[in-house]
Amino acid sequence: MSRNMAVMVTILAAATWGADAARAADIKIGYTLSITGPAASLGVPQKNTVGILPAEIGGHKVRYIVLDDGGDATRSVANARKLVTEEKVDVLIGSSITPPTMPLLDVAAETGTLLIANVPAQRTVSPVDDKRRWVFKVIQGEALLARAIADHMAKAGIKSVGFIGFNDAYGEGYYNEFKTLLPERGIAIAAKEGFARADTSVTGQVLKLLAAKPDAVLVVAAGTPAVLPAKTLKERGFDKTIYQTAGIATQDFIRVGGKDVEGTVFSAGPVLVAEQLPAHNASRAIGMDYIKRYEEAYKTPFAAFGAHVDDAVRFISRAVPPALKAGTPGTPAFRAALRDALETGGEVPLAHGVANITAKDHNGLDDRAAVMVRIENGAWKLVP
Amino acid sequence: MDSTILMFLVQDGVVNGAVYALLGVALVLVFTVTRVVFIPQGAFVAYGGLTMAALEAGRTPGTAWLLLVMGVVAAGMELLRRWGTSPPRVMARILAVDIGVPCGLLAVSLWLPGHGLGQWANILLTFALVIPIGPVLYRIAFQPLADASVLVLFIVAVGIDLTMTGLGLVFFGPEGYRTEVFSAVSFSVGPLNISAQSIWIVAMAAMLLGGLFVFFERTLLGKALRASAVNRRGARLVGIPTSLSGRTAFGLAAFIGCLSGLLIAPVTTIYFDTGFMVGLKGLIGAIIGGLISYPVTAVAALVVGLLEAFSSFEASAFKEVIIFTVIIPVLLWRSLTRPHIEDEE
Repeated sequence: MSRNMAVMVTILAAATWGADAARAADIKIGYTLSITGPAASLGVPQKNTVGILPAEIGGHKVRYIVLDDGGDATRSVANARKLVTEEKVDVLIGSSITPPTMPLLDVAAETGTLLIANVPAQRTVSPVDDKRRWVFKVIQGEALLARAIADHMAKAGIKSVGFIGFNDAYGEGYYNEFKTLLPERGIAIAAKEGFARADTSVTGQVLKLLAAKPDAVLVVAAGTPAVLPAKTLKERGFDKTIYQTAGIATQDFIRVGGKDVEGTVFSAGPVLVAEQLPAHNASRAIGMDYIKRYEEAYKTPFAAFGAHVDDAVRFISRAVPPALKAGTPGTPAFRAALRDALETGGEVPLAHGVANITAKDHNGLDDRAAVMVRIENGAWKLVP
Repeated sequence: MDSTILMFLVQDGVVNGAVYALLGVALVLVFTVTRVVFIPQGAFVAYGGLTMAALEAGRTPGTAWLLLVMGVVAAGMELLRRWGTSPPRVMARILAVDIGVPCGLLAVSLWLPGHGLGQWANILLTFALVIPIGPVLYRIAFQPLADASVLVLFIVAVGIDLTMTGLGLVFFGPEGYRTEVFSAVSFSVGPLNISAQSIWIVAMAAMLLGGLFVFFERTLLGKALRASAVNRRGARLVGIPTSLSGRTAFGLAAFIGCLSGLLIAPVTTIYFDTGFMVGLKGLIGAIIGGLISYPVTAVAALVVGLLEAFSSFEASAFKEVIIFTVIIPVLLWRSLTRPHIEDEE
């Protein structure tokens, strides 16, 4: 071997070692989101949000790695394993809908990696057992948002409700909450109908609902597909209140729905109406800051579920300084300290409410995370 | 269920069924002529509806770029095949048609936003952008494989469907769109409220099905298509170019898909992946028709639409299950009554 080559090898080795050392000190956050496929309308604003996250947390560089799972559970697991074994991420965040999120719980528990569940489903974090020790969630569960709707219905004097929801985890999750919440308030579920995201007509279901003569109709669907039942109800002359869920909180819903979704009432995270919140509300400034950053970066309207991704990182940030004392990022010691610090962080104000996570409650959001919103003149209006 | 509900359901079923019938007939057409089970049929529905929506919103639809890229690929393949054998005049014509025309269409779609010429101009441009995708697709993907087995062609079709759906997401985004109705009038017949749009759908479907009948019975091109459907080798022996038949069949299928998309986009929200489910229901009709009979396919698709309307009323949670279960007894009956023929050519 010539001397030149030996020198070169040494330089190369030094360079790679240097790069490795620098990278090892970075905090790594890995995402598996549904950027394509049926949940793309959720995944795309979430992926966009990753682009506007802070470059440093606690003086430490952060690297964000985003992979696409297309809403598919097999791919989300493969993504998570890749992120954990190849990239050695400290935190996993994902996915955009429940089915690809559930199997991530096993990956997190098995590898001792923090997982921030990015879906409403409460069963991702409850009960906190050995499997869910590593899983946290700063998104409102269905119960929280459903309770706000049920209370609003009770206050409006509604006695019977027609339910139409997605034939999937989203629709059923909400239905299971309403099944107990509504009768407790003296409201009967007059009819329960289902439909699919890809349906081009819901006339049959709507006729069935109307035949039951309900005081209000509750639509449980996400994104623009939630327009179809509302439009069909209006076509058939239904003039009472239509309730929806937080899944509709995108500008596209209003764009597609137009005048047929005027007067729709639903519960959502406070970020949606950040500007209209009272000045003392903890989510006001944070929410407005998120909206400003997002709309400046992408020149498109923000979507409320994009803010969950911002919230997750804000939530982790609080635990980073104590965890850095315990170990360097990329090591099990760092991850364990991060996990412990999250459980004892106290109240963290977020764009979607205030999280107070404890060892017993890995969600920690309360009523401050749900506001009632009405669509008026094509805009979100806070219902006091 | 009272008679009013019954009438509403029948109306809903007929309108949906008419669209399924169109798609089912297009599937039969493509299959008989080229032996391709044309899974991407539904993608043309989405492309048609979304291209129209993009034009209405004053944007240049991604399909204009897609057509240009596909034209370049098709021209490249054609030139390579003819290199050194065809005179320059022929080569120039290929270039002009495959690259020149898409360039012109792209220029129009780049220019049109801001010069809104109204709904009919948008519809014409949508047709001009979406229909050529069909024949060009045939030249790129299926013509080189014309002698492959049905299974290979089927798998290619599935691959193309996945690609087209993915491109649809890139072109039009994850959110759905609705387009302007052709006419906002609606008529009241007793308690029934019939929108002009649903009459449009049924009338166009009926006209198109009738038109196809005349095309196959009365025109030379239609007869040539039927000949290549009956026997490809025989058709070639009597001088019918089978690749022309293939291109025509794909063009017609793209036209029918695009038209279906334009018809339903005002009454339902169209997504980049809407077409698959709609196409699949047309496929049920086509399968009941044995992928060979146009009238049986049309009637079966209508029945699928009605069945869908009634099952969404009676048991909405099991709607898809009910519709797709229909196919099982039909398949059983067909395989028991017909002797099994090996597909060899």
